Amino acid sequence: MSQKPKGSFRTLWRLLPYAKSAVPRLMLGIVAAIAAHMFALAIPQFLRDLVNSLVSGGLDALIPAVLLILGLGFAEAMFVLLRRWLVLMPGTFVEARMRNTIYAKLQDLPVAFHDRWPSGQLISRAISDLNLIRRWLSFGLVLLTANLITLIVGLALLFTFNFWLGLIFTIASVPIWLIGFKFESQYGTIARLSQDQAGDLATRVEEAVHGVRVLKAFGRGDFASNQFSKQARELFNTQILKARAVANIWLYLILIPELALGLALLAGVILAANGEISVGTLVAFVATAMVLRWPTESLGFLLGFTLEAKSATTRFFEVMDEPDLIRDPESPKSVAHPNGVLEFRDVRFKYQDAPANQPGIIDGVTLRLEPGESVALIGITGSGKTTLTALTTRLYEVDSGAILIDGVDIRDMTRSELRTHIAMAFEDATLFSSSVRENVLLGDPDATEADFKQAIDIAQAHFVYDLPNGVDTLIGEEGLSLSGGQRQRLALARAVAAKPRILVLDDPLSALDVDTEAMVEDALRHVLKSTTALIVAHRPSTVMLADKVALMENGKITGFGTHQELLKSSAHYRYVISSLEEETKAREVNL
Amino acid sequence: MSLFGTNDEERTDLSKTESRYIRARSRKLLGSLISPVKRQIFLAIAIVLTSTTLRVAGPALIAFAIDSALPKAMLNDYSTLYWTIFVYLSAAGLAAGLVYYFLMLTARLSNAMLFDLRNRMFVHTQKLSVEFHEKYTAGRVIARQTSDLDSIGELLSGGLSELVVSGTFMIFTAVALLLLDPPSFFILLIALLPLAILTRWFQVQTLLGYRKQKVASSRQIQYFVESMTGIRAVKAFRKEKRNENHFGGLVEDFRRHNARLIQLFGIYDPGLILIGNITVAAVLLFGGFRVLDGSLGIGVLTAAILYSRRFFEPMEQIAIFYNSYQSAASALEKISGVLQEEPTVPEPKSPVSFANASGNVSFSEVEFQYSTGGVVLHPFTLDIPAGQTIALVGTTGAGKSTLAKLISRFYDPSKGSVKLDGVDLRDISNGDLRREVVMVTQEAYLFSGSVAENIQLGRPGASMEDVVIAAKAVGAHEFIESLPDGYDTDVNKRGGRVSSGQRQLISFARAFLANPAVLILDEATSSLDIPSEKMVQNGLKTLLRGRTAVIIAHRLSTVSIADRVLVMEHGKVIEDGSPVELVENGGKFSRLYEAWRDSLV
Repeated sequence: MSQKPKGSFRTLWRLLPYAKSAVPRLMLGIVAAIAAHMFALAIPQFLRDLVNSLVSGGLDALIPAVLLILGLGFAEAMFVLLRRWLVLMPGTFVEARMRNTIYAKLQDLPVAFHDRWPSGQLISRAISDLNLIRRWLSFGLVLLTANLITLIVGLALLFTFNFWLGLIFTIASVPIWLIGFKFESQYGTIARLSQDQAGDLATRVEEAVHGVRVLKAFGRGDFASNQFSKQARELFNTQILKARAVANIWLYLILIPELALGLALLAGVILAANGEISVGTLVAFVATAMVLRWPTESLGFLLGFTLEAKSATTRFFEVMDEPDLIRDPESPKSVAHPNGVLEFRDVRFKYQDAPANQPGIIDGVTLRLEPGESVALIGITGSGKTTLTALTTRLYEVDSGAILIDGVDIRDMTRSELRTHIAMAFEDATLFSSSVRENVLLGDPDATEADFKQAIDIAQAHFVYDLPNGVDTLIGEEGLSLSGGQRQRLALARAVAAKPRILVLDDPLSALDVDTEAMVEDALRHVLKSTTALIVAHRPSTVMLADKVALMENGKITGFGTHQELLKSSAHYRYVISSLEEETKAREVNL
Repeated sequence: MSLFGTNDEERTDLSKTESRYIRARSRKLLGSLISPVKRQIFLAIAIVLTSTTLRVAGPALIAFAIDSALPKAMLNDYSTLYWTIFVYLSAAGLAAGLVYYFLMLTARLSNAMLFDLRNRMFVHTQKLSVEFHEKYTAGRVIARQTSDLDSIGELLSGGLSELVVSGTFMIFTAVALLLLDPPSFFILLIALLPLAILTRWFQVQTLLGYRKQKVASSRQIQYFVESMTGIRAVKAFRKEKRNENHFGGLVEDFRRHNARLIQLFGIYDPGLILIGNITVAAVLLFGGFRVLDGSLGIGVLTAAILYSRRFFEPMEQIAIFYNSYQSAASALEKISGVLQEEPTVPEPKSPVSFANASGNVSFSEVEFQYSTGGVVLHPFTLDIPAGQTIALVGTTGAGKSTLAKLISRFYDPSKGSVKLDGVDLRDISNGDLRREVVMVTQEAYLFSGSVAENIQLGRPGASMEDVVIAAKAVGAHEFIESLPDGYDTDVNKRGGRVSSGQRQLISFARAFLANPAVLILDEATSSLDIPSEKMVQNGLKTLLRGRTAVIIAHRLSTVSIADRVLVMEHGKVIEDGSPVELVENGGKFSRLYEAWRDSLV
């Protein structure tokens, strides 16, 4: 995940498209910040004249000078107000826009991407990194620019007081620049490391929370805690390294201006003693140097901030730059009312990280499902059944060959249309935290009440009417408060309610008890009469539901026909289905 | 107390007593974090006091240079000047060195505290009962442990030390001004009044704002996590656009709350500057008059101006970090709430020593109902002799899972007791219990890492040979060998690459390796493919030999290997006997059996 570090400027420049609308206000904000600083710098100028007149005992200069200084003070406050008003609001819009963009991008990226990226890493990119970028844009960037300009102007002003005094400060500023650049290279790497480690830690948290039941069942809470603690310790060490870099730069940023001020004071008093500068100039000089202290000291903090923003930006673009390999075609074809022919033509597929010398998990599947035909997909674990179902809706993309609906390649349709034609039910039934109704009508939010009822009937999910708020009950995140069987029935209802031409069911009944299974099967038969269906089956009874059976073996279809036909022709089928006989035998022997 | 633990944590309209209660809770937590590092904190404070004294001495030395050294230098006596500058430079050097030391010290300190809290949260959420996790969603637990901890980290690592430094600096500056020029000090004192009013206004306004912002932020994270973990379903049902709209709404909500806070800040900060500048002008005016009548030196006036200006400088810092304080405070409120939650199945205080269980499980007068009311299991008594294999049969919601969860102590019974070898489960230490009783659930969760590591979870430190033996025993060896890197294959996020049947085989191997006296399979055989199940059938026989087993299953083949079947309905065991007996009895089981047989034809 780590890339070669690029220049900060080039990386941060990439924020421009997102920040474009905010640019004018940000620029004005910088101007306002500089103006505020200028008023602060102007105050000592008037102080000089005032002190000189006080030294010579003139009362008449006092009141106007105080009023002037008061006016400048007002102006400074007003410009600070203006700066904040200008820059802060657009920053929040930039953050929101970037967050929405990365969210949309993530949803669009193929499942293969999500297999690779733990969601902890995604959370930290979409939430905390963007938060940091926002703060940097409206605070870091503005102050860094304004403070740098103020420093330059301030140095120039010091020269106007006296050449030597100005020179002392200019020379002193050189090491500050050098240290600043060194800091950039050192700190950038550490900042990136700590962000990555924080992301890994978030992943660990996420897994431990989702897998809490397993950890509990095995009493491995302590084991997981130790592992977590080890990783947290690594982050701790990185944070200390980071702190050392920061403490280092602070050391110099405090020390150097103070040394310069001490030396300048020495020079100034000597110059004043020799009458080369007035006492007023000396006072004004010291006051100006004091005003410049905060912009100098803040450089360390602002540089660090900038580097963190840079690595946050890099992390953001790592996601945004991810090529979206499964896209909609430029000129999509449409099948308005498909008959429901689902055809696989020599389909091959291999997971990206599978070794090159191994055959693909789908290794040349050719299969044709006629309209209204239901086909059970059967085969041993790892033969590629689930992968094949995932290919039909382009959750993964075929490597070669093609999948067609009514003769149209699914890659020539928009994904949205394709997924209207095909509805899926997954074995691990993911439900979302919304009402039962919304979950069931996910595929067709505009479905009628009758459609909803019918789907519930077919999936035998009548338990929903007994929930506290009936079908409007909010089910917990991922539907955890429902049992496995209940979730599966809702997932089935969801697929049915979408009223697709083609249903793809990945073992949709595995968690159901036998009574319910039989009822669901009866109801499902009616739907399957008119719908093309591909059903991954793990039980003989599910096989019986289908018109035909396709036997999968090592990524190929090695048998296709009715159950009876396959029993006769295929030894592997007999092997696969043999547990059916085993079961019958067992019954005869035991009962 | 209605606000105990995580109750109502999203409420923002708290009454005074309620927010006092919550604040006291977070203070207590903070106190417990601080106490291990107390000594370093005192050291840090000592350093701050010293370095601040040195820094505050600067303007006084400048005043001395102008008022005393300059006149002497005019008479060609430079020694005072040299001494003054020497002291000035030494003070500055020492102060800078101390700042470095202070920063390192506080970094260590704050990161140690954060590390402590991080671990505590992790350990505590692992300890909390399944009941808690069912109520408090995963997204929220994650938000507590990520973004909330981040904001506390921000406060600890940056804000807190900044606050201490700035606060001391302000106090010392004020004291220095008092010593140097009392009249100017009184002007500063007057300025404190508007400063206090402004700060109070800011505090009241932002407190509520931060609570709301936290809730909005947490919702945003929750929705994000859910969309990403359910990405397949999102895609398959074209939920993307709807998600974008909904998420966009949450983002906008968060933005609005955030923007409101920032606006408050945008008023506070210039307000501070204004008060500071007016104070400077006032000091200058009154000082000027006194210089004119000769009662005040120019140097002292310069120092007084510098002091009164510098007094307000850290205020801006304090305000900047007030931001992180507020957000950390509300994060701390929520975290302290989670930490206040107690496991509903607590560890025994003085556990009965327990080893080598034979596996006899007994229920006496056990009843179970949720804390919200509904009775799940009606009172029943049941004895499972060691080594017996029990199949639990019944419709969804009959209470099978609950019964299983009582044996594995995911829940405690509401009444009565569950015993293992005659010892109440509540008296057995967690470590002992989990060694003897293992439950495999239907959702065979895999953690990122290799297949071998996932199996080793059953017994950390197990040798590779043992892992392979376990895999072979449950019939998982063949498919694992066929994976790209065999046992070293990374299972990826949530086992994305391994099919659900394979996931279950892996979790079986895990259970085999754990080698418990009592094994519970909660619908754990449901998604096994047919031949692999046959393999598991054989493996199961090996696995169950010499163990007590409770199997919740839907298949005849699984039920048939049981010695005894319990049929459950509406929270009651309605039939109990060997499979043969039950079929002959003509009860519910025999009807189920008929249905089974029909489904096979």
